[in-house]
Amino acid sequence: MLDKAAAQTAVNDDIGEEIRLELYRSQVNIREAEQRAYDLFLQNLVKGTSHLSLGQEAVAAGFATAMKKGDLSFCTYRGHAHTLARGVPVEKVLGELMQRDNGLMRGKGGSMHLTSEEHGVMGSYAIIGAHLPIACGAAWRAQYKKQDDVSVCFFGDGTTNIGAFHEALNFAAVWKLPVIFVCENNLYMEYTPIGDVTAVPSPAGDRASAYGLEKIVIDGNDADVVYRTAKKAFDKARAGGGPSLIECLTYRHSGHSRADPAKYRPEGELERWKLRDPIKIYRERLKQFGVTDETIAKIDADVKRVVDEATEACKAAPNPPMDILFTDVYADGGFAWRN
Amino acid sequence: MAELTYRDAVIRGIAQEMSRDEDVVFLGEDVAKAGGVFKATVGLYEKFGPLRVRDTPISEQAILGAAMGAAMTGLKPIAEIMFSDFFAVCFDYIANEFPKSRYMTNGQTKCPLVVRTGNGAGSRFGAQHSQSVENWCMMIPGLKVVAPSSPIDVIGLLAASVRDPDPVIFLEHKSLYATKGEVPDGEILDKLGTAKILRPGKDATIVALALMVPRALAAAEKLAAEHGIDCEVIDVRSLVPLDTQTILGSVARTGRCFSVEENPRLCGWGAEIMSIIADEAFYDLDGPLVRITTPHCPLPAADILEDAILPSVDRIVDRVKRTLNS
Repeated sequence: MLDKAAAQTAVNDDIGEEIRLELYRSQVNIREAEQRAYDLFLQNLVKGTSHLSLGQEAVAAGFATAMKKGDLSFCTYRGHAHTLARGVPVEKVLGELMQRDNGLMRGKGGSMHLTSEEHGVMGSYAIIGAHLPIACGAAWRAQYKKQDDVSVCFFGDGTTNIGAFHEALNFAAVWKLPVIFVCENNLYMEYTPIGDVTAVPSPAGDRASAYGLEKIVIDGNDADVVYRTAKKAFDKARAGGGPSLIECLTYRHSGHSRADPAKYRPEGELERWKLRDPIKIYRERLKQFGVTDETIAKIDADVKRVVDEATEACKAAPNPPMDILFTDVYADGGFAWRN
Repeated sequence: MAELTYRDAVIRGIAQEMSRDEDVVFLGEDVAKAGGVFKATVGLYEKFGPLRVRDTPISEQAILGAAMGAAMTGLKPIAEIMFSDFFAVCFDYIANEFPKSRYMTNGQTKCPLVVRTGNGAGSRFGAQHSQSVENWCMMIPGLKVVAPSSPIDVIGLLAASVRDPDPVIFLEHKSLYATKGEVPDGEILDKLGTAKILRPGKDATIVALALMVPRALAAAEKLAAEHGIDCEVIDVRSLVPLDTQTILGSVARTGRCFSVEENPRLCGWGAEIMSIIADEAFYDLDGPLVRITTPHCPLPAADILEDAILPSVDRIVDRVKRTLNS
């Protein structure tokens, strides 16, 4: 995979080609899987709702690539990208979106609750803000048991206006927890521009000082910038330096959810942001560092093949069986509430 | 054997479990250095230190969310919500997060935690610090709900709750904290989902919970002494899991059932029990199923008003007597 000649052109580069190629592969994987989810929705094969991260791939790829095994991700309902970025197979994710038996939770959770604890994906939470305190708790466990994993909590700009955000930030700062809060500011809280409903220009960044934290607002469409910022926050957390709050500026190419055509966006906005498409930016970056078109094309083709195979596997997969309907309500595996 | 208050039983129960298992940690508002607003956690901070007994900000969502994150990743947290009325500001965790994560993730996520809270009326605190919210919790699949009425049950059921692999809502009654009872020495461990017959009787079954248990017992003594009516009194103790067999067995013997509930009437726990009896023991019955509850009304602050709205010994006596004599 690693092109030795290209690697030499990256001398003095703090990231290096191996990681760069992973950052690229991860973004393309998310793009391809999310685009496929949308296509499958149009074919009425993705049921329920879905919230895509098209255009926001660099945030997921940048953080996941900076994580170590054992670090924990806490996601929102817009969590497909973060789940894929931790290495969860595309088939498992698409299967859950299609509510088939081969899905990550065999169709019991659906698109908004993707969870794969074996990959460190500790859940996707569909109630805005709920998972910020939960990430604090996981970080508290690491601190208490002297384990060196870090909890990372991803959320949108809209989350910064809910109470749990502020409770969690204060709590994490007071207890100096190894947790990183990552705000993906895609400019819209569902359908409303975030600026219309927020008292400060940077919904996360401008709140940081209230909790004694540094204001960090970065270009969320540049995976290198995200990766570098993430590395710094991980180092700080592992060194006992406490939480970080990072606002990543990005843009959602699709609507809020599957039913949203996003007609509330001003004309030209989407086109302007597409000029700053994270994958386009990164392809250029790879070329600057001497990665060949051939290497890039091979990654693109490999990802597409895996997504194609996953799609076919999901289409062929059966529906979940009735015998899982009442399982795992309680820890004994069942749902009995009386004798 | 020693006489212990319900309050001191809470302290002993938490200490018993924290001594047994280093993964048991405890957090809440004013619980550490101050020993709790009800003095039900005095000495734990000194005994177990600042890493295991932690004061939090007034952030109920952070308290319950942190407890959940810790539970998911290997600890067994006990979280205190000072007044059960405050469940309303952190209800997302109680209704959406704790109880549904295991099911939604097809069994991946575990949530072994206990939420302790001061529940119930009698302190003249008014409508937002006095409620009995057991019915808020009982209706949610995935939770377990426990409400002890005596010091020995506090220790045994608290221990069972901490060792339980599911999220447990543990409702301590504020008006019982000063009450006393005999408690044996050594470890005490009870079992969730077990009701207790506290007074055998042949004429009618009275099921009660928490503060209503001593009232039901007092009413039964009065009914026996003054009216020759012999009541069996059952302390339900655990609403989920619910020991319906003990209750159905009792009703099969007595042919009558009364519930004494502190929660407001609509959708109170007694309604569920009565519906089970109507379904499964209808032909054992000799008369109507009667619920004695707090009416569908907020709780007033003034002592004379608060006393009038809760089920009292006299009200229980009167309802049982009138029902059996009609």
